[in-house]
Order: sequence, then structure tokens, then C-alpha cells
Amino acid sequence: MYQAWELFCVFFKIGAFTLGSGYAMMPQIKKELVTRRHWLDEDEFIDIVAVTQSAPGPIAVNLAVFLGLRIAGVKGLIATALGSVLPSFIIILMIAMLFQGIQNNPFFIAAFKAVKPASVALILVPVFSIAKRTGVIGFKFLIPLLIALLITFTPLSPIYVILASIIGGILYYGRQKE
Amino acid sequence: MIFIQLFKTFFTIGLFSFGGGYAMLPLIQNEVVSKHNWITNSQFADIVAVSQITPGPIAINSATYIGYTATNSVWGSACATFGVCLPSLIVVVLLYLFLQRFKESLFVKNAFKGLKIGVVGLILGAALILMTPENFIDYKSWILCLVSFIACYRFNVSPITLIFGAAAFGVLFY
Repeated sequence: MYQAWELFCVFFKIGAFTLGSGYAMMPQIKKELVTRRHWLDEDEFIDIVAVTQSAPGPIAVNLAVFLGLRIAGVKGLIATALGSVLPSFIIILMIAMLFQGIQNNPFFIAAFKAVKPASVALILVPVFSIAKRTGVIGFKFLIPLLIALLITFTPLSPIYVILASIIGGILYYGRQKE
Repeated sequence: MIFIQLFKTFFTIGLFSFGGGYAMLPLIQNEVVSKHNWITNSQFADIVAVSQITPGPIAINSATYIGYTATNSVWGSACATFGVCLPSLIVVVLLYLFLQRFKESLFVKNAFKGLKIGVVGLILGAALILMTPENFIDYKSWILCLVSFIACYRFNVSPITLIFGAAAFGVLFY
């Protein structure tokens, strides 16, 4: 029970202070669960990051729920699901009810002009740490680079990238083993 | 009944959007603005703007905001938010059970190797999509991005510390 409560707190804190998508939350999640608490190792964390991309819906919720389930079972799942959703829910509800027009507040605008580039940096961190850890360096990095360019500049849906990489992995590495 | 409608619509949005974040926006816009007329296009633009200056996943933010705006009640928010998360919960539990059973299979292991390469590309893509002139307004933005990256990647500075540091920088210099 204590572990589930701790999971809730970790995800609540991350949800309350990280801007943007689940991608920007990955470095902090890894720091809390892998580096600080040793609840899973880095390779397993990367596997979970990879697998939760292939589920639909918000990446942050997918990642939180899978980690909760893996670390503390059903209790963990409930803890991480609530922890990752509640901060946004409460903040947005307050804005919708009380602070209409916050997006025009000059103080917020100034702060977030600087927070946005910093959030992009937080998304780039897992790109390089996963690539390094899984040996996708040098020429091999051209594959993810090409995927990223396709995702950015064409309307290609990420689901096709997921399917293609799963099939590619099975065909390429499967043939290699024989 | 609008609460059930909200739940159903956001369930569909959650189920059919892959890649999270900004990839979900066109689908949300189509459903709540064009199809159901719960909010206007300009309200939708407001929600996107609010989401950019508030923490948390953009899908949750829009579900909560639209749920409230459409019903003027907290329950509207709750229905929409629960709806958008439920597909994730179901699919993730199924994936977890599947992997528990088959994680030693060579097939699954090879699939994982391929998947990880693809995922590195997807995450890099998520970063590139955000490198727009609206988000990177001047040279200071690029310096902030580079400094934050090095601080987090090389020197293990906590991301939350970085976000607060950046916010303070923004208030002082913009």
C-alpha cells in the first residue's frame, strides 16, 4: 500500500510540473523510478517506453499505467492513473471555472516563452539516452532521423511507424539469428 | 444525454489517436467542434493556448476543459476525461498481460528491438514538431533549449528544477 501511495505522489508531482506531452515527462519519471528508487532497471524502463507508444491515447497515461501495474499491480495501476490525470484535471477545471483568459496574462506568456524551449530539450533527452543505450548510434541513427522527418513533414500517422518497426524487427533480427 | 455523449466521443478520441499530444488535436477538433458543436473554433484555439501554458497531457487538458464548457458542470469534465483515458487503461493492461506471457519469446524480443528504433524516431519527431517559430521565437530560445538539454542529459539536473528555472528566465527576460 505504501508503494502505491508513493507511486501516486511521484506521478502527481510530475504531472503537476511538466509541461506538454508525456515525452517531456520521461526524464523525470526515469529519475524517480529507476535512478532514485531502483524499482526497475534502465533496460526495462526503455522497453516499457517503447511498448506504451504502441497503445492509443495520451502517452503520459499509457506510460504511468504500465509502470504502476508492473511495479505494484492493480493498486499501482490505480495510483499512477489517478496521479497522472488529477493534476491536469484540477488545474484545467480551475481555469475553466475561475480564470478564463489566463492565456492572455502577460506574466504567464513571458514565463512560458522560456519554458517551451526547455520542454523541447526534455523531449530530446530520452531520444539520446535510449539511442545510446540500445546501440542506435552512428549510421544506424539515420533510421530514427528519417522517421522523425517523416512524422514532422508528412501527415504519416505514428501507428504505421510502430507497425513497420515491429515487423521490421521481427524480419531483420529473426533472419540474423538463423 | 450530453454526459454519455461526452464519454463516448472522448472514448473514441482516446481509442483512435496514436502518438499522443499534438497528434490528437485534429481528431479532437473534428469531433467537438465540427461534429458536436460543443465549443466554437475560437474556444478550441483558446484550449490549445491554455494547454500550452499548463502542465499535463494535452488530451486530458482538452477533455477536462471541453467537458466543463459543454455542460457547465464538473461531471462533464469527469466523463470526458475518464472517456479519453479508458482506452489507454484497457489496451495497456492487455499489452501488459500479453508481454508477461510472451516476453521470453524470440519473436517478441526481435519485435522489441525494431520497436525501440522506431520509438527513438517518434520521440525525435515529437521534438521536431515543436521546433516552430511560435515556440522558438529568438536566439534565446535555442540557447535555453541547448542549455537545458546539456543540464539534464550530462549533469542530471532535475527536469522540474529546469522548468522552474526556465519560467524565471522567461519572466525576467521576455
